[in-house]
Amino acid sequence: MVSRPHGGRLVSRVVSGRRREVLLEEAGELPWLELSLDRAVDLEDLAHGVYSPLEGFMVREDYLNVLGEMRLSSDHPWTIPIVLDADPGELRGVGEGDDLALRYGGRVLGVMRVEEIYEWDKRLHAEKVYGTRDPRHPGVARVMGMKELLVGGRVDLLNPLPNHLEDYTLWPEETRVLFRELGWRRIVGFQTRNVPHMGHEYVQKAALTFMDGLFINPLVGWKKPGDFRDEVILAAYKALIEHYYPRDSVVLAALRMNMRYAGPREAVHHAIVRKNFGCTHFIVGRDHAGVGDYYGPYDAWRLFEEFPDLGIQPLFIREAFYCRKCGGMVNEKICPHGEEHRVRISGTRLREMIRRGEKPPSYMMRPEVAETILGFKNPFVGDHE
Amino acid sequence: MAVHVDRELYERAVRFVEEQGGFSSVDELVEFLLSEVLSEEESGSGMIEEDEEKVKERLRSLGYI
Repeated sequence: MVSRPHGGRLVSRVVSGRRREVLLEEAGELPWLELSLDRAVDLEDLAHGVYSPLEGFMVREDYLNVLGEMRLSSDHPWTIPIVLDADPGELRGVGEGDDLALRYGGRVLGVMRVEEIYEWDKRLHAEKVYGTRDPRHPGVARVMGMKELLVGGRVDLLNPLPNHLEDYTLWPEETRVLFRELGWRRIVGFQTRNVPHMGHEYVQKAALTFMDGLFINPLVGWKKPGDFRDEVILAAYKALIEHYYPRDSVVLAALRMNMRYAGPREAVHHAIVRKNFGCTHFIVGRDHAGVGDYYGPYDAWRLFEEFPDLGIQPLFIREAFYCRKCGGMVNEKICPHGEEHRVRISGTRLREMIRRGEKPPSYMMRPEVAETILGFKNPFVGDHE
Repeated sequence: MAVHVDRELYERAVRFVEEQGGFSSVDELVEFLLSEVLSEEESGSGMIEEDEEKVKERLRSLGYI
């Protein structure tokens, strides 16, 4: 049996058929709010149950509870606020109880029943969620650029967001059916935003040894300049799976979800999201969802201790490295040799090699994976995207 | 058969029935919600058969099953 959704029931706010037609027609007459891409992505994730039990953008009570207690007002663990921002001018004439059309690129994506419009303190938000107010932190910078008010309320999705990776995208209701069809009972989720190197493979296979299936779920969508492009990550994983994983033990599917770089809090959030996809276990690695040196490498592990009622089992797996003496990938717990024998796989170094068109050595990256990445003209996100 | 629920929740349910329509009483609302949740548990995915078949069709077309 796959994991029960967070809060007990998988949310679905995707409207279809006759009701969709009626709501779309009505939406044309409603006051509207133009969403940023980030918020449009949140809307789609909400509607597809990725954020179950949330049925819409957070109202103040949930928001403040999540900031302060890392729980919803229903007491379910929740660590990342899912909020919709707006300027006062955009909400002129809109009050609580009103319906609001939510648009992206001038097209209606969905509607919201406005439950609450409230002010927020961005600096407090940054301090609580990111543990810093440093504007150089990419998540903090994103928050500081948001608008002055928050709007909470239940949403309905009427149109999907255009998705050039649609054939790679699975929603929770689909993975739940898929896992059942595959006969998996113990499913471990793996969150990534990078191409796979030998360290990732080691961690995944260590977990898979004790599980029925591995769900590799790369985040696609907004990334920092210098990150690998979504297409590159997916192609690299396809190459790895094809050559090095047993059939029917791995599912690869993309998830368009905003990356916040909120370190420990986001690690818990990622686990909750994968619980909604049906995972029973979740791999939490070194510096999960971190950026720069804002978080300690294993801070996220400690935060999980505060949530015995999470409903998904975190698997804490130490960073893997290559040991010349052991002759393979190992970690600190199982390798007795000194640092002089160890070769750490640095993501930065890998990126530099690939940027120069060099193929990383096979102890760092599978040759098939490296060749796939190098086959792309420009595998990295640019500065102005 | 009586079911005990929190008074505040009951009052919200009364308001829901009065304001939203579709249910003639709180009893009817409770019966509907319970049957929804329980049928979800029994079918495993919470989807009606037709929807689940659509999901399987997509999974097949994408090569997942």
